[in-house]
Amino acid sequence: MPEFDFAQPTSLNDALDLFAADGEVRALVGGTDIVDQLKTGRRNADMVVDVKRIPELQRLELTDDGLHIGAARNLTDIAEFPPVVSDYRGLADSSLLIGSWQIQNRAGLGGNVCNAAPSGDTIPALLSHDTVAVVASNSGTREIALSDFFAGPGQTVLQKGEILVELVLPLAQENSASSYLRFIPRNEMDIAVVGAGSFVQLNPSNNTVLKARIALASVAPTPVRARAAEEVLEGNILTDDLIEMAAVAAVESATPITDVRGSAEYRRELVKVLTRRTLGICRDRING
Amino acid sequence: MQHISLTVNGDQNELLADTSWTLLETLRDRLRLTGTKEGCSNGNCGACTVMINGRTANSCLVLAVEMDGNEITTIEGIATQGKLNPVQEAFIKDGALQCGFCTPGFIVSTTALLQRDPDPSEEEIRTKLAGNLCRCTGYDKIIMAVEDAAAMLRG
Repeated sequence: MPEFDFAQPTSLNDALDLFAADGEVRALVGGTDIVDQLKTGRRNADMVVDVKRIPELQRLELTDDGLHIGAARNLTDIAEFPPVVSDYRGLADSSLLIGSWQIQNRAGLGGNVCNAAPSGDTIPALLSHDTVAVVASNSGTREIALSDFFAGPGQTVLQKGEILVELVLPLAQENSASSYLRFIPRNEMDIAVVGAGSFVQLNPSNNTVLKARIALASVAPTPVRARAAEEVLEGNILTDDLIEMAAVAAVESATPITDVRGSAEYRRELVKVLTRRTLGICRDRING
Repeated sequence: MQHISLTVNGDQNELLADTSWTLLETLRDRLRLTGTKEGCSNGNCGACTVMINGRTANSCLVLAVEMDGNEITTIEGIATQGKLNPVQEAFIKDGALQCGFCTPGFIVSTTALLQRDPDPSEEEIRTKLAGNLCRCTGYDKIIMAVEDAAAMLRG
């Protein structure tokens, strides 16, 4: 590993001063991406700042303005948090798919987001819930819609000196549900060949879709919303035929490449299948 | 070098650690606790599984310097010298090990699993142990051993 300095601040302000310092300053939560990357030379660091002891970054709280998840909170805690299980189930689905139990116990939600892999499993689930990222530097705080957070593979819009503090998911609405599925060659431990996160809110009296959100992993340089598919759904009655039309439309938002994990053509097929399945699961979860 | 104080298997250890050391290297090379193994070095195989503050983790991806003030349990803290615990007994009885390299990691993960859920389903066992890889046994005997250990512990 490269030679780096190490700090373990216990206050956000102390941390922000560290991140503003010259050189490559990297946040450490679970280490499940960054430590491997430092070992292989894929990423570099002059200083590593362990942010796990900053209280704001460990937040896991449902308030009257939404679900607040600190960037350093681990995936196991998040997946088991009762409000996540009941109202943000796609986030639980995705958190429990990442790596293994050992990985989930250490890995932070903020790490999965800021590592910004196109395949990041929690990201489509977060996008499907219209998540907002709260970012801070020592000159202030700003909020960024998660759909505006990613600039390219492995790149976020964070500027020097900024760190992700927390993710905020709006309060859950009645008659709504989310779901995340991915395709991998094995049963566990792989990286998504394609991932799909869906959210549906229905009008219970006539089964009309009031709101639909669909987001895809591994089919573009960043995770993407399948907006054409959302438009197919909104305002219409949720039937199997409508779900099929939306699944087909989701493929329009995918620009996959052929790589070691699969061909572009296969990925387009997976987008259709996983969109169809996650929409069906959302419907079952609303009704069940 | 940074001074760290960490509790390992109940014993307090004060060390000077380089920022680039992983917990795995520190346990094996500095503290001579060689029960924890290095397999893949990147969090895929689970041979390096330890418990940190009661939760399993891949020690190859944890920095030693992060561990100041933490409590670590290794296989040495689970296995009692000279006496097998039910998880170990079950692994031996059911032929759930051959070369034994993955076994400490499996014993740690199994112990953590059964502490959390004394009666896990087969699916739960497979999911929670997915981060431990074995090249020898084909896994079925491991699953059986976990189920038998669970039954033994439930009395």
